[in-house]
Amino acid sequence: MPRLRKSVFLLLLLLPLPVFFLSLTIGSYQIPFDELLAILFQGIAPFLNSDSSQTQIYRDVIFMIRLPRILLALFGGIALSVSGASLQSVFKNPLVDSYILGLSAGAGLGAALAIAFLPNIIGLTQLFAFLFSFMAFMLTYFVARDRGQASTVSLVLAGVIVTALFSAALSMIKFFTVPEKLSSVVYWLMGSMAVSGWKEVLYSVPLILLSFLIITLMRWRLNVLSMGDEEAKSLGINVERDRLVVLLTTTLMVSSFVSVAGIIGWVGLVIPHLVRMLVRTPDNRIVIPISASLGGVFLLLADDVARSLTSYELPVGVITTIIGAPFFLYLLKKRGGGSWRQ
Amino acid sequence: METIVSVKDLSFSYGGSFKLSSITLNVEAGTVLALLGPNGCGKTTLLKCINALLKPEKGKVLIDGKNAHELKRWEIARLVGYVPQAHVPPFPYSTLDLVLMGRTAHLEFFQQPSNLDQQIAEQALRMVGLSHLGHRPYDQLSGGERQLALIARAIAQEPKLLLLDEPTAHLDFKNQFLVLDMVRRISRENGIGVIMSLHDPNQAIMFSDAVALMKNGSIFAVGPPHSVVTREKIETIYEISVRIVKHTDGSFIIPSMESFS
Repeated sequence: MPRLRKSVFLLLLLLPLPVFFLSLTIGSYQIPFDELLAILFQGIAPFLNSDSSQTQIYRDVIFMIRLPRILLALFGGIALSVSGASLQSVFKNPLVDSYILGLSAGAGLGAALAIAFLPNIIGLTQLFAFLFSFMAFMLTYFVARDRGQASTVSLVLAGVIVTALFSAALSMIKFFTVPEKLSSVVYWLMGSMAVSGWKEVLYSVPLILLSFLIITLMRWRLNVLSMGDEEAKSLGINVERDRLVVLLTTTLMVSSFVSVAGIIGWVGLVIPHLVRMLVRTPDNRIVIPISASLGGVFLLLADDVARSLTSYELPVGVITTIIGAPFFLYLLKKRGGGSWRQ
Repeated sequence: METIVSVKDLSFSYGGSFKLSSITLNVEAGTVLALLGPNGCGKTTLLKCINALLKPEKGKVLIDGKNAHELKRWEIARLVGYVPQAHVPPFPYSTLDLVLMGRTAHLEFFQQPSNLDQQIAEQALRMVGLSHLGHRPYDQLSGGERQLALIARAIAQEPKLLLLDEPTAHLDFKNQFLVLDMVRRISRENGIGVIMSLHDPNQAIMFSDAVALMKNGSIFAVGPPHSVVTREKIETIYEISVRIVKHTDGSFIIPSMESFS
């Protein structure tokens, strides 16, 4: 296996930059490219002066509407794909993503509770979604624990049980809630960044950054953890502790994002797979940073499509699923069951 | 000679009927101890107790003078290299990356392997004769090569004691001897103590400095191969009649066919 060339690695790592600028130009309000450049770089390049009468509107569109949403999509993609790659290592299973621990069901129930029964206070839905998805994870973890050990099989099973319970409770809320609130619940569950502003960025991006940093520093440990409990222990790892750190960190990053954007599926499953195929190694020292950059790019592009394909917003979660599910099917069929292998 | 590991009056139970009782063993630096005994006699359990993966009810394991069950995982991993049976991991790491995992116990929590670690891993791979396969995915190696790569990983830990759980299982005739010869050489050249479980008494005769016979969770006999691997003792622990065949290279044991008719 030839080692990944440094230039290719850097190219993949820097891919979010051009996509970031491309995304700033996309939207229902047309902004000429030279105006965009002028507004973004005026401070450092005064010759790009723009004195069109519409500059103030352009500026508002870019800084108040597009920029926060783009940042959220970028970091959301990072959170979903990095957590997917990490959990696949911890669970020694390439078909796992962050939702297996019950996070999505927890977030869904929390958000639905807040939307249906609580006063419409800013941030309350997000807070509830965050708390409930964290709670769902803790429940999964403690159900799975037996004599101080939480084996991967019991974690997966506990995740299924917790998801089922929370989904049932969610159905109950949907059933009892009034129709106009029901539509808000349903829309939230489909996942969208349509209403995101700087507030949502502030709620989620710092926590995503912090947990991404921790996972990045632990990326070698993830390799060793993927060898199985006994082997990892023999190699000098405190498996119980390190696994809990990874689980808590990934839960933190996913919950932060899900709580502001709803449930956006398939990113955590598809991107790490794609990355392992592209870089031709499962080594997390490479897979984690490249998953972050491609995950960010994927969700950003998906969100660009969501806000520009039709005259009204499409839920981005639907788009990631429409792209992700067939792509995954293609990987499985083409590569056999071991699509992450070479 | 320096004693690397000493197991003192160790007892262990999974809670059911099976248990290890009052195991006492010593292994010196640069020597190989073979564990022989029928399936289910407790060889693997004993190895896990020595590696502190299982906590004994009674007795203790001293590795390089330290109580293994009071050490942290990374402290144990710097003393003990554990070689599991050749397996296929869920992710196809390159052989070199697999060997590099042996350096984990020498890293800080947030640290990635350095160039020095990389060199140590490459050297370990060279020692088992697999340098040319470093960039090949581990799961594409043959069974024998995989076992050697796992041994290289244990060497990269720079341990004082190597534990091998049936290192010849699933290997073909030639590879069994290749692997065992490698283990003995590494032990002698680096002064590493070795405990390995085997199924074939003849391999124990050929490649070990001492043999421990186990039966029903206790040590039946322990000592140099020629005094322990005898007809009577082998017949007692395996419950089968055997013959000793003298050869210029030594005496070997074969089952007598009458016992099957």
